[in-house]
Amino acid sequence: MYVAVKGGERAIDNAHAWLAEDRRGDLGVAELSIAQIREQLALAVGRVMAEGSLYDPDLAALAIKQARGDLIEAVFLIRAYRTTLPRFGASHPVDTAAMACDRRISATFKDLPGGQILGPTFDYTHRLLDFTLAAEGLAPPAPPMAPPAEGDLPHVTGFLAREDLIQSNPDGPDTPRDLTREPLDFPADRPLRLQALARGDEGFVLSMAYSTQRGYGKNHPFVGELRIGSVPVEMDIPELGFAIELGEMVLTECETVNQFTGSKTEPPQFTRGYGLVFGQSERKAISMALVDRALRWEELGEDNEGAPAQDVEFVLYHADNVQATGFLEHIKLPHYVDFQSELELIRRLRAEAMQATRQEAAE
Amino acid sequence: MTEYNFAYLDEQTKRMIRRAILKGVAVPGYQVPFASREMPMPYGWGTGGVQVSAACLTPEDTLKVIDQGADDTTNAVSIRKFFEKTAQIAVTEKTAEATIIQTRHRIPETLLTEDQILVYQVPMPEPLRFLEPSEVETRKMHALQDYGLMHVKLYEDIARHGEIATAYSYPVMVEDRYVMSPSPIPKFDNPKLESAALQLFGAGREQRIYAVPPHTRVVSLDFEDHPFDPSKAPHPCALCGAEDTYLDEVITDDAGTRMFVCSDTDYCGARCEAAA
Amino acid sequence: MTPLLEVQALTKGYGGRIGCSDVSFTLYPGEVLGIVGESGSGKSTLLNCLAGHLAPDAGRVIFDTRADGPRDVLAMSEPERRMLGRTDWAFVHQNPRDGLRMRISAGGNVGERLMAVGARHYGDIRAQAVDWLGRVEISDSRIDDRPSAFSGGMQQRLQIARNLVTGPRLVFMDEPTGGLDVSVQARLLDLIRGLVRRMGLSAIVVTHDLAVVRLLADRLMVMKDGRVIETGLTDQVLDDPQAAYTQLLVSSVLQV
Repeated sequence: MYVAVKGGERAIDNAHAWLAEDRRGDLGVAELSIAQIREQLALAVGRVMAEGSLYDPDLAALAIKQARGDLIEAVFLIRAYRTTLPRFGASHPVDTAAMACDRRISATFKDLPGGQILGPTFDYTHRLLDFTLAAEGLAPPAPPMAPPAEGDLPHVTGFLAREDLIQSNPDGPDTPRDLTREPLDFPADRPLRLQALARGDEGFVLSMAYSTQRGYGKNHPFVGELRIGSVPVEMDIPELGFAIELGEMVLTECETVNQFTGSKTEPPQFTRGYGLVFGQSERKAISMALVDRALRWEELGEDNEGAPAQDVEFVLYHADNVQATGFLEHIKLPHYVDFQSELELIRRLRAEAMQATRQEAAE
Repeated sequence: MTEYNFAYLDEQTKRMIRRAILKGVAVPGYQVPFASREMPMPYGWGTGGVQVSAACLTPEDTLKVIDQGADDTTNAVSIRKFFEKTAQIAVTEKTAEATIIQTRHRIPETLLTEDQILVYQVPMPEPLRFLEPSEVETRKMHALQDYGLMHVKLYEDIARHGEIATAYSYPVMVEDRYVMSPSPIPKFDNPKLESAALQLFGAGREQRIYAVPPHTRVVSLDFEDHPFDPSKAPHPCALCGAEDTYLDEVITDDAGTRMFVCSDTDYCGARCEAAA
Repeated sequence: MTPLLEVQALTKGYGGRIGCSDVSFTLYPGEVLGIVGESGSGKSTLLNCLAGHLAPDAGRVIFDTRADGPRDVLAMSEPERRMLGRTDWAFVHQNPRDGLRMRISAGGNVGERLMAVGARHYGDIRAQAVDWLGRVEISDSRIDDRPSAFSGGMQQRLQIARNLVTGPRLVFMDEPTGGLDVSVQARLLDLIRGLVRRMGLSAIVVTHDLAVVRLLADRLMVMKDGRVIETGLTDQVLDDPQAAYTQLLVSSVLQV
């Protein structure tokens, strides 16, 4: 006898219970605390905050724990939570020149005011598995940190700008459009594109940037400067009549210096790409700057080579991993009805084709 | 749950969605951009429909949720539970009792009335997308009613297969103005798009809402000499015997024995009960 | 007689560079106008401005529409201009890839304009496609093949069929025989000449090939550096060129 596909409700409840059990894993192993994740998996926390568009290390750590380490799932949890948060207002733009830098490097000048600060980077580690970590041995303490430089660290591109060697950033609208409050609409100006890239999937933005390096929309980038550190966030409080500091956030900023353009009326100048993300993610910030620069082809009077990274609709519609993963995974939902209609169509088409063949054979 | 607003979304967001719905009703078949929010279910799983339902629901409403015609498929259960939890509204599986019906891929067999709203979950709102990948260009084509390409696609189908080889998401012309995707309902359901009920379509990921107001003309695209044919499997339902309903094909044993049963579980159940 | 097309002081620049400057002419029904000049002379810019593919900086393009008589095309709304583009006007590109849908069958390519203006009878559309394939000497057995399977000459003939199926009154042609072998060129020119005569078409043909205009054009316009430097009846201009540049152009061909 036919048994209808019933019991969806009970199946869901059971699946959730099983998931909770698997999340906890072996009870003989100590449970992770939010603080442990926040402190010891800080780069994962940074990525979840960046792509979740919400700066809150504790919530991001909770999301990672709840998602069993699936970072895209964690980003999704943060985004869904973000939807429900009331909006009080907007902060002042952060001033990255006033950043307290943990790391600040330039690939274009050997030395510069404020100096190169290597900071905590994987760059020159040998990628050898460190078995002392498996033994839960403590790494030797780092030498004491030099006191951070007093005053602002000027941006490298500022030195080039002083000689007019690099284009200034064109003025955007005073209040950029907000991608999380308005539908994506074209033409998309640069502030909107940068927003989409900042919350775009790290892997996607990386691949787009990489494709420009391999020749699909090449723009010859130099990392003018890469800096990581914390900046204060300030907001005007109408009741007070002045701005107060809400707190600090860790940011990674990358400014690239790209191939120059020039025309009969304008002497050649370097051009810019820009990347800025929450947390410590050099890979994402550099990628973002390359893709930003590639998307500026029209404004800079360059040719459209038909490269994927030059196609603003392609990049913006496919950068968001929450959208992408949802739509991709939805094909595992039931499609009985659509499939049934295809099934009937193909049966009928085949029957007609076979009958036609038989008739031909008979004639 | 007390920490969320009625039906999850805050009132500002609902107002924004209602404005988009009103615009959609005023311009039948036109895709209205709206600032879709991230919902606690994934994109592609009904976020558009859920936002439209949330914006329409009042505490007095009775909600029905179906997926593939059935109330008991997992995603339908999940969405129904979501609204029970966040809006504490009454739910039902009976089509006639519902004031708002959220659906994925089907139109109920029972004729809807003017007191009902049917909310569709839409994965790809743009009927021209597979002919033209650029959104800028497709919006222009709609604005200029530049629909020749749509019929070229149908022409190619007939030239190759002898008939229009589109079995679901079959495009329609709304009120002689906009070509519209009816969402992935089987073409069998297309005639029911001319309905007494208000029909709202929500695409969350693609950030679009559109509408077919009650008693609006909806015509499935075709050729005069290859008219639209809302065909279905040539069988009666094995459970209730209905001959005019859309059927699911179920494989019942390892030998591949098949049976055909109504996809609309409420309709089928009611007929079986009445016969018993 | 009302001119079919009247162009007044059409000017288009690219930044500081001149595309075409202060071009005026009149085209009467049934007339074929040839525009010749070397590459960079502005002839393609002019053609694209006339056909609505480029927006000129100044000037008027007045077309004698069926419904409302003479109207400035540049002042029309986009829907009106698009409608014109698929009914009374046709544009034959130099590269058939720009004028055909390569992933759609030959029949679909020919039928598209019919469907765009409301044809909804599959059998009729197909019959017209068969008829037009015949007129451009493509076997009707190829009707369901894609143009990518066609030779260059066949693609160009298919493009012409696709353009002429709605019975346009004005055809723009941009180097219609460019990129083809000489023998294929001759056959195509013959075909175009036959169609133009039989249908009483008006046409504007841009080319650098004087043999093309001698065969097709009633009148000739010679362009250099974005300006028209000489106009007249084709035979008159080719046999007795007045401007020094035209003399050079004509003599360089005759030496071959």
